[in-house]
Amino acid sequence: MKRHALSTRIWHWINVVSLAVLFMSGLNISNAHRRLYWGDWGFEPSMAWFSVPRFPGWATIPGYYSLAVARDWHVLFAWIFAVSLLLFMLTALLNGHFRRDLVTRRREWRPSAIWADIRKHLKFDFDHGEGKFNFLQKASYGIVIFILLPMMIFTGMVMSPGMEVSVPWLGDLFGGRQSARSLHFICAWLLFAFFLIHIVLVLLSGPIGQLRDMITGGRIDEKA
Amino acid sequence: MKRRNVLAGIAATLTAGCSKISDSEWFGAAVDGAEKLHRGAQRAIGGQKGLAPEFSAKDISPFFRGNGSIDIDKPAYRAAVENGFVDWKLDITGLVDRELSLSMVQLKALPQRTQITRHDCVEGWSAIGQWTGPQLGLILDMAAVRPEANYVVFHCADTLNGANYYESVDMGDAYHPQTIIAHELNGEALPVRNGAPLRVRIERQLGYKSAKYLTGIEAVASLDDFGEGKGGYWEDRTGYQWYAGT
Repeated sequence: MKRHALSTRIWHWINVVSLAVLFMSGLNISNAHRRLYWGDWGFEPSMAWFSVPRFPGWATIPGYYSLAVARDWHVLFAWIFAVSLLLFMLTALLNGHFRRDLVTRRREWRPSAIWADIRKHLKFDFDHGEGKFNFLQKASYGIVIFILLPMMIFTGMVMSPGMEVSVPWLGDLFGGRQSARSLHFICAWLLFAFFLIHIVLVLLSGPIGQLRDMITGGRIDEKA
Repeated sequence: MKRRNVLAGIAATLTAGCSKISDSEWFGAAVDGAEKLHRGAQRAIGGQKGLAPEFSAKDISPFFRGNGSIDIDKPAYRAAVENGFVDWKLDITGLVDRELSLSMVQLKALPQRTQITRHDCVEGWSAIGQWTGPQLGLILDMAAVRPEANYVVFHCADTLNGANYYESVDMGDAYHPQTIIAHELNGEALPVRNGAPLRVRIERQLGYKSAKYLTGIEAVASLDDFGEGKGGYWEDRTGYQWYAGT
């Protein structure tokens, strides 16, 4: 059996590109108005809860300030990101990936078990024992796939005035358009934090094998 | 080395490649396609006449920010401000059977719509205000717009960076119930910074569509002959999308 299903690998690499483009074009869009607010409205410094630093050109798409071009990249890759996420979720539901690999068991939630898992990670011991993922992996992948990534889509929808016509309750759910914009920003950085930790852990756990397996699929019995 | 190819490919896409791609024809086509998809999805789910959220009086922001032109430094406009815009006219022209030149008194005598809506700027900020004025659809019916009209173009008194401000929407948005020619903000005459004496409200799109300092509305079949042909000042100047519902 393959370690990573073809659908998982295809989605993983499409997602790498689309999230990178969305994040970097998002930083360019952020430069257009570098303040965040709660509620439905906000436009002045006194109304802001956070003043966002200006992101440098090397971190943004395009590499110079252009709200128009950054928005073009953002709305194009929003489709690629959302459709590929939806297809991945459907496939993972149908082929049992979610049920088999991501659903946590009750005993995994015992504080002693979680603590043991944390200690193992701190010792750079990534032996999983039974099952494909350990608890911390299940928890972090679960948060990313079922909370952070959908949050990006839904808070993004609330910011579209044409979309809010169809789903006005979605804006209310997040506490208004400016709250949705703040949450969009916060979740984007949480995803960036996940990305950093993910890269570090891949580097610590045999990066060549990890990368090879995410491309070719690898074999489960190779990883004993 | 597959892995190296993948990494190199990603790096190339994300750095120098991006600006080259931005300028390419196929990228423009892909973006236009994506924007059409957004618009199609929004209209399919929300309907042609779906309404933007309306708010209550307690939600109104304490002040309504002005952006872009916030005044017009021309003698004719200064004189109009001085005399309270009594001679201001809104001309309805183009593909209509009856051209109109409506005075402020005539516009205020029409049935009025008052709506408390949120204004979303493309930059990211929002403000909530209460707008009052006649529906544009009513005015277009008075002028008897011809069936060959596909768009209405909004002509404005202000210039930005040496070019006349203008905007345009399709007939769906022109006849949308919340599309009004506002002459009041929060129960008072429209302030100069918000487009006195008249501005249009396009509530399902970003703020740059809601043109200020209106002098005329023209029904047209094509947008090619206005500005640089992209349908609006910002569309021409910086490349903002003509459909601003996303």
